[in-house]
Amino acid sequence: MEEKGIVLTEEQKRRRRTRSIAIGVALAALVLLFYLITIVRLGPGVMDRAL
Amino acid sequence: MSEARIDINTAASATIDTALAGQGGVRDFIALLKPRVMSLVVFTAVVALFASPVMPHPVIAVTAILCIAIGAGAAGALNMWYDADIDQVMSRTRGRPIPAGLVDPSEALAFGLILSVFSVVVLGLATNWLAAGLLGFTIFFYAVIYTMWLKRATPQNIVIGGAAGAFPPIVAWAAATGTVTIEPIILFLIIFFWTPPHFWALALVRSGDYARAGVPMLPVVAGPDETRRQIFLYSLILVPLGIAPVVLGFAGWLYLAVSVSLGVVFLALAGRLFMGRGDAVGPVARRLFAFSIVYLFALYAALLVERLVGLPPIEVASMHLPLHLPGIFA
Repeated sequence: MEEKGIVLTEEQKRRRRTRSIAIGVALAALVLLFYLITIVRLGPGVMDRAL
Repeated sequence: MSEARIDINTAASATIDTALAGQGGVRDFIALLKPRVMSLVVFTAVVALFASPVMPHPVIAVTAILCIAIGAGAAGALNMWYDADIDQVMSRTRGRPIPAGLVDPSEALAFGLILSVFSVVVLGLATNWLAAGLLGFTIFFYAVIYTMWLKRATPQNIVIGGAAGAFPPIVAWAAATGTVTIEPIILFLIIFFWTPPHFWALALVRSGDYARAGVPMLPVVAGPDETRRQIFLYSLILVPLGIAPVVLGFAGWLYLAVSVSLGVVFLALAGRLFMGRGDAVGPVARRLFAFSIVYLFALYAALLVERLVGLPPIEVASMHLPLHLPGIFA
C-alpha cells in the first residue's frame, strides 16, 4: 500500500535520526551536569533534609 | 547620522527558498551558534576565570564556561535569524543555514531563545545571579541593540556592538568572584577597542559586500580614507590599554613584553594603513586584520600563561593602586 502524506527521503530520515541522537546525548549530558552541580553546590547538605 | 540612511531594499527584497527548511542536520544547528566567534568567547572567558583571585570548583568553572559559550551561541543564532535577508546577499554569509534554506527561520528563533534562557538560568543556579544577569544582558545587547538596531542604523554599529563580544571576561570574572572589579573592566576595554580596527580592516576589503546588503559599515558610508583614519585612532587607544594590566598591577614581565612588542607592530600596521596610498590599502588591511587576531590572542594567552606558571605581577612602585579594587557590584 502506498504511504499517504509527506514521505521523507532517505537523506531526510538520516538527518532526523542524527538530530534525535544529538538531542538525546544533550539531555543525558544535562542530567550528568545537573547531578554534578548539585553535589558540588550542596555537598553533604544534599542529605540534610526532613524525613 | 543622515549619511547612514542607506536603501536596504536590496536586502529586504531577497527571498529565502525554504523548500528544504526543517531538514537541517546537527551540523547546520551547530553553524547557527557561530563556532568561530564562540571559540574567542570561550578563550577570553577562560583567561578571565584563571586571572580572577577566586578559582571556583572545576565543575562550576566548566559549567560557567559552558553557559557563557552557549549564551554566545544563542545570541549568534538570534543574529542569523534576524539577519537572514542581508546574509543572503553577501558572499561571505550566503552559505549560512537559513539563507541556504536548510534551517527554517522559526526553528532558528526558537533554538536561539531556548538556549538563551537555558544558559542564563543554569549560570545563575550554578554560580550567582550577577553573572547570569550580565550574560542575559550580553545576549540582549548583541541580539537586540546590535543586530536589530545599530547594525542597519549607524556606521558606528560595530563600535558599540563590539561591547557584546567584550563582555565574556566580565561574566566569567563575576561567575568566579560574585563581583566586578577594575581587572575585568580592563579586559573588557581591550576587546572593546580592539573590535573597530579588527572589523574595519575586514570591512575595507569587503565594502562591496556590505554596500550590496545595505549595511552602513564605515567604509561604505564614510569611505576608505575616513575608515583608515579611525582605525589608526582606535589603535592609538588600544595599544596603551593593552599595557594597562601591567600598570594596574595584575600582569607580569611576560605580559609586558608581549603587549609592548605586539602593540608596536599593531601601531606600525595601522599607521601604514593610514598613511598608505589608495591602491596599497587591500594588502595592508588584510595583514592588519590577520595580525589583530594574533594580537588579542597573544595578550590573553600571556595572561593565562602567567597565571598557570605562577609568574608574579610587576609591582609598580610609584603607584599605590590596590590589586583588587572594591567590587562595583559587590
